[in-house]
Amino acid sequence: MKWIDFANPTTLDEAIRLLSEHGEKARVMAGGTDLIVQLRVSPERIGNADLVIDGKGIPELNEISFSKEEGLTLGASVPCYKIYQNPTIAETYPGLIDSASLIGGIQIQGRASIGGNLCNGTPSADSIPTLIAHNVVCKIVGPGGTREVDVEDFCTGPSRTILEPNELLVSLHFPAPPKGFGARYIRFIPRNEMDIAVAGVGASVQLDEKNSVIKSARVALASVGPTPILVNEATSALVGKSPEDESAISKAGQAAKSAATPINDMRGTVEYRKHLCDVLTRRALNAAITRAKGGTIDVH
Amino acid sequence: MTTAYEPNVVLSTKEYDVVGTRPIRHDGVDKVTGAAKYGADFYASNMLFAKVLRSPHAHARIKSIDTTDAESLEGVRAVVTSKDFGNLPWTYERDQVMASHKVLYKGHPIAGVAAINSHIADHAISLIKVEYECLASVATVHEAMKENAPILLDDLRTEDDLGNNSESNTNVAKHIQYSTGDIEKGFNQADLIVEREFNTATVHQGYIEPSNFTVNWNQDGRLHIWLSSQGPFEIRGDAAKVLGIPVSNVKVTPMEIGGGFGAKFSVFSSPIAALLSKKTGHPVKVVNTRTEEFESSTPTPGSYLKVKIGITKSGQITSGQAYLAYEAGAYPGSPVGGGANCLFAPYDIPNQLIDGYDVVVNKPKTGAYRAPGSPNAAFAIESIVDELAEKLGMDPLNLRLMNASKSGTRRSDGVKFPRIGCIEVIEAMKSHPHYSTPLKGPNQGRGIAIGYWMNGAGESSITLTVHPDGHINLVEGSADIGGSRASISMMAAEVLGIPAESVHPSVVDTDSVGYTSGTGGSSVTHKAGIVVYQAASDVKLQLLDRAASIWGTDSNSLEMNNGVISSTSNHNLKISFEDLAAQLNDTGGPIVGRAALTTRGPGGAFAGHIIDVEVDPETGKVAILRCTAFQDCGKAIHPSYVEGQMQGGTVQGIGWALNEEYFMNEDGSMANGTFLDYRMPLALDLPMIDTVIVEVANPDHPFGVRGVGEVSIAPPLPAVANAVYGATGIRMNRLPMTPASIANITK
Repeated sequence: MKWIDFANPTTLDEAIRLLSEHGEKARVMAGGTDLIVQLRVSPERIGNADLVIDGKGIPELNEISFSKEEGLTLGASVPCYKIYQNPTIAETYPGLIDSASLIGGIQIQGRASIGGNLCNGTPSADSIPTLIAHNVVCKIVGPGGTREVDVEDFCTGPSRTILEPNELLVSLHFPAPPKGFGARYIRFIPRNEMDIAVAGVGASVQLDEKNSVIKSARVALASVGPTPILVNEATSALVGKSPEDESAISKAGQAAKSAATPINDMRGTVEYRKHLCDVLTRRALNAAITRAKGGTIDVH
Repeated sequence: MTTAYEPNVVLSTKEYDVVGTRPIRHDGVDKVTGAAKYGADFYASNMLFAKVLRSPHAHARIKSIDTTDAESLEGVRAVVTSKDFGNLPWTYERDQVMASHKVLYKGHPIAGVAAINSHIADHAISLIKVEYECLASVATVHEAMKENAPILLDDLRTEDDLGNNSESNTNVAKHIQYSTGDIEKGFNQADLIVEREFNTATVHQGYIEPSNFTVNWNQDGRLHIWLSSQGPFEIRGDAAKVLGIPVSNVKVTPMEIGGGFGAKFSVFSSPIAALLSKKTGHPVKVVNTRTEEFESSTPTPGSYLKVKIGITKSGQITSGQAYLAYEAGAYPGSPVGGGANCLFAPYDIPNQLIDGYDVVVNKPKTGAYRAPGSPNAAFAIESIVDELAEKLGMDPLNLRLMNASKSGTRRSDGVKFPRIGCIEVIEAMKSHPHYSTPLKGPNQGRGIAIGYWMNGAGESSITLTVHPDGHINLVEGSADIGGSRASISMMAAEVLGIPAESVHPSVVDTDSVGYTSGTGGSSVTHKAGIVVYQAASDVKLQLLDRAASIWGTDSNSLEMNNGVISSTSNHNLKISFEDLAAQLNDTGGPIVGRAALTTRGPGGAFAGHIIDVEVDPETGKVAILRCTAFQDCGKAIHPSYVEGQMQGGTVQGIGWALNEEYFMNEDGSMANGTFLDYRMPLALDLPMIDTVIVEVANPDHPFGVRGVGEVSIAPPLPAVANAVYGATGIRMNRLPMTPASIANITK
């Protein structure tokens, strides 16, 4: 029978000290909805960790603050329900709510965090394309101090991230969305809840002040490669085009399809997943454009 | 029928005082408060915890097993392998409990470890060293029936219906054939012939509660098993057989059961726990994980069917031919017979030829699952009948009505139908507002289908004890998986003219009640109903005799109505059941009524479904928009539980149709052995399932009951397929109908 120690630090320094002492054998826990299952079912996947460091007691990891100037700072341990139950955030970042309200199920969302979803680093994570679409910057702390990393550079492989063993993710920073910004995350699952994406697409657009030109756009994919994928060719297909330009949207869909490098498995085939990237990209972009124009969409 | 929308309709043909009402179930309080004790809740003092080592390979020879390290781990009390069966001969049943020389599927048990806690037991099984020689495996009937296919069982020969065995090695355990009339003549009479092939995946019953067993091998040689099972008496018999001990040495205590759907009839790991208990002198408990449940319990088979139907221009089916091959799993015994019986059962087809094959494959032994064999068959025949109706330009329900089986029609296996409700079910579907409501919009489709299940009967034993306050204690042996304590109590109450709440049912251990065959085949309310009717009548006669002796009169002049015993000749002689009950001990002694019987005449059941779907044309995802289930239940004793059975079966059928499958890796192992990846329908995937209970009384039952637990699973498979056809124009011939296959992305 394996014993696992549990630490409940209340400062970042203490957490960093524990991480530095225990290295690979320590794991930071945000909600624990992935970690606890891994400890039980596949401990080898997380280096047979023997120390769990709870992040829920560290103030910086539980920060949730927003201002129109600074944007949103989301501590790595903030559970999903606190995001979608915050009216300001729900109104300002509906694309983030798309992800926060479909990870796991209601009970899971009571603990699970966006930061944890990112650090778990699975290609199918439902929040990462959303974070990429929102140009999120990750704040990471280690013994040497703080560093900031663009979220699209965070994942390096299936369940692998740029975090060093002695580092932890403190928070995620979302820029304040200017007028004309809209985002949407859609995943495909054969059922309607409690499932892992066969493919997922997070998309965002920034329109000009007349809503007539796409100034910038981002499309990111889940579940179709070893890491979430930022589709730069989709951006090229869209920038400078009218949001009404269906052929630009179609080109972005095709770009997503081309960028995807999925595998065949029980959740879907290569061909079907690539097909879904096209379909979901078009749908996510159209929804993001609707939101960018100030409209609302049926999220079901 | 009214045209106003009613979600749950009962087309009642006979009213009673208690039967047909909806009292709160007797076990309800314990279930909702959490007080009910399920198998995994059982604890004994000094109990040990066991884990089972299982094969990682789909097919391999076991070269050696070394348990030394596991045995020497601190906290381990005993390790057993098939050697611990001693000198008992090798049998399929024993080999299924623990493999000896070969493993036949991933998950096949090899050894068991008992330790002071389950973590140590878990660690210990990882220390057992097994040397394997891997063999090629077969996952489907197609692979298993190929020439030169890898052979699972060296001694297996094909047995045909006459008991003739084949000469050479094979994976085909059995070939059954039903023949009626002259199929060639029938096809010659046809104006239109349609022949189609169908494949269905292996699926699991998906009950919430994993199998569990606690076993104590007492020093006097008596074995006591606590478990959640559908068949305590079958477990008693099978455990005795596997362990080579007399059946009277085994006592089985059924705990509450968290779903079974046919799967909880097997002894599974209980003999392993028994051997560990014998070795250690302690009670030993083993509880499966969900993955063990998927990989080593008894799923229901994948299948291949080829069906050919001939029909005249006017819509008369003239001929039907079918080839059915069903996976048996690792040992013979698929429900291909059930499939063959049910395939053509809804229709009166004069010329028929059915060939059925029972095929072993490298998967766990299959078991029963709600109308075993019938859903696979319904998928095939009802898809074809739908296509025939379309080709002939006929209403699909009218075509079914024209050819519907009725009293006197012979089933394919020769059985002549008694009074059945096939026509009445179809009529109810036709007149239901759902059938005439227009679909709203593109990409929507409506599918209909019907289905049949034989139902079962069998043994039941019940005693009724009269309490001094006029209540009744009811002792029975049927594991209650569908509200049967309530329905049996209600039938007793009806006979005695007392409220259902005055009857207190207990499901007891196998030493405390007469033989009762298991809760399967939709048999309980039928068989226990007949028996409780007799037992309650026995109580009634004894009450009349007692009143007669108190009053010094002849019991023939007495009657009991609405809980009052009175004389037909003297109006002054009248006593309530309650008042008489209080006097029993002083007037001759307690009254106990009893009955025990092998019942017959279960009466077959027909069901039908109308299902509306919307298909996402780009992704192929199916949304179930509306679903109405129709079923002939003879007489609904407790309509709410009948509706629950109809809805539950419907949901499982929809899951089977759309998403559920054993997804097999190249190496023959199951890839998706968790509820995350084995996709059963969840609440958001379904609308409320509306129900119409049709009552065509079964003449062989005192209240007209037909079994209700199973048949509703069969029609949803083809009804969804037919609806998807309506929405897309594509005929789906493979289950599950995945979104990719509906979007026609087949690579």
